Amino acid sequence: MTGAQIRWSILNLVVVVYALVPVLWLLSLSLKDPSTFTDGKFIPREWTFDNYKNIFDVGEFTRPLINSIGIAIIATLIAIVLGVFAAYAIARLDFPGKNVMLGASLLIAMFPQVSLVTPLFEIERRLGLFNTWAGLIFPYVTFALPLTIYILASFFKEIPWELEKAAKMDGASPFQAFRKVIVPLAAPGVVTAAILAFIQCWNDFLFAISLTSTDRARTAPAAISFFTGASQFEDPTGSIAAAAVVITIPIVLFVLFFQRRIVSGLTSGAVKG
Amino acid sequence: MSARPISDGKAAERRLGWWLCAPAALVMLIVAGWPILYSVLLSFQRFDLRFPDDKAWIGFDNYQAVLSSEYWWNAFGVTTFIMIVSVAIELVLGMILAIIMHRTLVGRGLVRTVVLIPYGIVTVVAAYGWRYAWTPGTGWLANLLDESTAPLTERPSAIAIIILAEVWKTTPFMALLLLAGLTVVPEELLRAASIDGASKWQSFVRITLPLIRPAILVALLFRMLDAFRIYDNIYVLTNGGQDTSSVSILTYHNLIGGLNLGIGSTMSVLIFLTVALIAFIFIKVLGTSTPGSDK
Repeated sequence: MTGAQIRWSILNLVVVVYALVPVLWLLSLSLKDPSTFTDGKFIPREWTFDNYKNIFDVGEFTRPLINSIGIAIIATLIAIVLGVFAAYAIARLDFPGKNVMLGASLLIAMFPQVSLVTPLFEIERRLGLFNTWAGLIFPYVTFALPLTIYILASFFKEIPWELEKAAKMDGASPFQAFRKVIVPLAAPGVVTAAILAFIQCWNDFLFAISLTSTDRARTAPAAISFFTGASQFEDPTGSIAAAAVVITIPIVLFVLFFQRRIVSGLTSGAVKG
Repeated sequence: MSARPISDGKAAERRLGWWLCAPAALVMLIVAGWPILYSVLLSFQRFDLRFPDDKAWIGFDNYQAVLSSEYWWNAFGVTTFIMIVSVAIELVLGMILAIIMHRTLVGRGLVRTVVLIPYGIVTVVAAYGWRYAWTPGTGWLANLLDESTAPLTERPSAIAIIILAEVWKTTPFMALLLLAGLTVVPEELLRAASIDGASKWQSFVRITLPLIRPAILVALLFRMLDAFRIYDNIYVLTNGGQDTSSVSILTYHNLIGGLNLGIGSTMSVLIFLTVALIAFIFIKVLGTSTPGSDK
């Protein structure tokens, strides 16, 4: 190794430590035996999976986890379908109102969610949507839309659409041309947008605690914050740490498998995710 | 050919464009547009869910109540302070991180992968990590301090920890936006500068910074608006104790704890106006080009 490579390796190591230490600390805490929580050691002295067993046995976490997965997936799918339509129009068609659409999306991307919490609370209470999956899916779709529209539109602008025409000239039917030529070209953009939209829905906390009141629709991050004080004699530290690690797993998998897509999505659209 | 083939085609294209945008526009209008309007209406009413019969139009009374409340101004001050300090730190750290991601000779994929962990992790999860790290007895960081201190129970240290949690989580996002700017700086320009005897620092300040100014402004705009709505970290770390409430925390407590929709909506409108003002300053005064605009 040259000197420059060693210097860069050290800098990289600093970045890795920066990014991972807080996560490893939670992992360590989740594997600690309850009697050793207060030793303040970074590495557990005794390893145990009891904390994980507890959160799933007691059941206070299973239902919220199912809610989280269901709500995030449904909201992502809806946002992607609506986003593909709008992004296609923005990237390929010329029509008045295009900039209004982009401006409105940007406005919502920057919008303080808390400003919507009070009115949505009242509106959903009246419509019977309060504390239901749909009550969370609607705001999640809305806040995922700007991101999906921007990312998809920037991907769609790059697609060489003439290829579709060429395929048709070579005898492909319009559907074949679409499926064999356009879909493979557009798929990476759609996957990227879907991952970022899912992460955003998965991450939400404010809507989840404001628009739910029981485990019927409460998502995992909100449920974790209610672990505290379930019983004043029971220390929730281990449960919180274990549940925290569980809901971090999908994020880690996305990051490991889709690193390039996520980076390109975030940098190309330059939109808050 | 008929008389107006082009304009017919144009009209069809317009209609298709509108139809394709309609579903997304409708959702945004119903779930964001209508509630905003509704909260403006609510902000001019006395409306407390505990006394639903006592509903009345009261003009600007709610605004007067909020704007003369020391809780509001304290939360406003805390939010602004956290926003400015954390975004300033993030800009410096994010720039360093972006340069490392851009220039490193080894392990580029590794660095770009690990920084996505803080970006992607659920904010509440990360906040619990920090909370336990600073809890006396339990935490590895708290144990580095003097035994008798409990940093999360004192205002200055609690705010410092909130800023730390915020900076850790969002620096990678800032870095990725800056990285997008760095990749368009032409290498030849930097090489020419170094041949002309410019130091690395000089070419960074004189060439790189001016060229990535648009990327910096966009990153600052996004992060400032995002930081102004800070909620999750504070909720977990202090829940607004020791006067560390942000405006979002205060609004939430007003809704869930107080059930006062009139006051809550007034705060919502004021937060929205502040965010709009920040965006206006960036876009009109500093000339930040918003992504997607064809300029």
